[in-house]
Amino acid sequence: MSDFFSTLLDELPQVGAGLWVTIQATVLGSLLALLLSFALGLAAGSRLLLVRGVSRTVVEFFRGTSLYIQLFWLYYAMPQLTGYELTPLLCGVVAFGLNYGAYGSEIVRGAVNSVPRAQYEAAVALNMTPFHRMRRVILPQAWVQMIPSFTNLLIQLLKCTPLLWLISAADFMTTVEHIRSLTGETLTAYLLLLAVYFVLAYALTLLMNVLERSAKRRLGLHTGARSLLKTRTADAVTTAGGAR
Amino acid sequence: MATEPAPLKKIADAAGDPLVTDVEPLVRFDKVVKRYGDHVVLDELDFTVRRGEHVTLIGPSGSGKTTILRLLMTLEKVSDGVIWVDGSPLSHVRRPDGSLKPAGEKELRASRKKIGMVFQQFNLFPNMKVLQNITEAPVNVLGMEREEAEARARELLDLVGLSGKVDAHPSQLSGGQQQRVAIARALAMRPEILLLDEVTSALDPELVAGVLDLLGDIARSTDITMLCVTHEMNFARDVSEKVLMFDAGRVVESGSPEKIFTDPEHERTREFLNAVL
Repeated sequence: MSDFFSTLLDELPQVGAGLWVTIQATVLGSLLALLLSFALGLAAGSRLLLVRGVSRTVVEFFRGTSLYIQLFWLYYAMPQLTGYELTPLLCGVVAFGLNYGAYGSEIVRGAVNSVPRAQYEAAVALNMTPFHRMRRVILPQAWVQMIPSFTNLLIQLLKCTPLLWLISAADFMTTVEHIRSLTGETLTAYLLLLAVYFVLAYALTLLMNVLERSAKRRLGLHTGARSLLKTRTADAVTTAGGAR
Repeated sequence: MATEPAPLKKIADAAGDPLVTDVEPLVRFDKVVKRYGDHVVLDELDFTVRRGEHVTLIGPSGSGKTTILRLLMTLEKVSDGVIWVDGSPLSHVRRPDGSLKPAGEKELRASRKKIGMVFQQFNLFPNMKVLQNITEAPVNVLGMEREEAEARARELLDLVGLSGKVDAHPSQLSGGQQQRVAIARALAMRPEILLLDEVTSALDPELVAGVLDLLGDIARSTDITMLCVTHEMNFARDVSEKVLMFDAGRVVESGSPEKIFTDPEHERTREFLNAVL
């Protein structure tokens, strides 16, 4: 045990760098995923069959192919095909972004569809353009409904980052794994991994709760102080649809 | 869109509409059909509304009254026939050869400029406070300066008796208050035609009178043309100059409120009035 921690101390700069890679992969991957979620999710509601079709195809492809294999493709196969080589971190960001973006697009599509049609009609009656209706009326209301599901995806994405080990990306998992192989302290090493990923995931949950609270407040919905600490996610959120 | 009186007159003559006067009506339904699958909601409907007129549509549920308002607001597409507003087709555009084809979003937006609507369930935007609900469209659709739009919104809130609720969320208001805001929001767009779709049906009984009084004031003090679907026969009597009785997608009878309420010609109207009065 003491052997493990003394090695950990010796390797602290590498471990810190590994943690930083994990955080970068999570943050950048989820930002790309968020962008794709909206692009693909809104395209899925387009009036144009071509736009809907492209969105559908991209979503089904990236949702239906394994994240492992996408990572391997980006890291090992793409350089052979194109001659371009991405850094392991960038491979991770792109793969996580595409994969979780595909899932996220379904959340966006569902949330947009769940905004009562009456809201759309009121916006039409005020002669707003389709873009204005979406941006000012539909999305702000849909956003509240998206947050719990996005929180789930975000945490899943974080928990997938150890896959970076497979493409030698020197993330947190990789560095701890290295110390484990040096010391042979398997139990301690894996306990540390469990604990650190849990802390990171819980921090994300709290952050998303703050976001949800402020989004709800903008809709004039009541939010108690306890809602900040709740860990439940992806439950049905009721918004003031017809505002009755 | 250019007004071409000649073909219009021809259509009016062909339709043989008894309500046609020498003045071109503001709204004209010309053999309008609305079908949902096999179900015919409006059956070759003809009727006209003159500028400044306050018209109440009455009739049993399912008679197509609300559909008429929704067609005028372009929330639904006509299955057949043409709606004319101020001499232009509402949801059609003219081809070079003079025939009509369904309008695209751009033409529909031009048509909607003249028309505003108040809904049964208010449909305020919950993500905006009261003031912004009212200023959002004037600023972003009409291109009004924000200060001007806000000043106008405050005037309107004053008119509807809610000057103290500028910064409230819609969810903090009662149904009656929400409906007043919705009325102010519609008026802020300076519509020529205001569509009122059962605007008191979702309100608690004690809140109905206030909203009806407000609409009566607006009817008397402005030249806005109103089309109103309501079950409030008193309102129909007090505010409107013309009552249209609908049944099964057709106008059964039309006339002044006194005529319809005291001396209806049709058995169907009598039955309906006996049931609701």
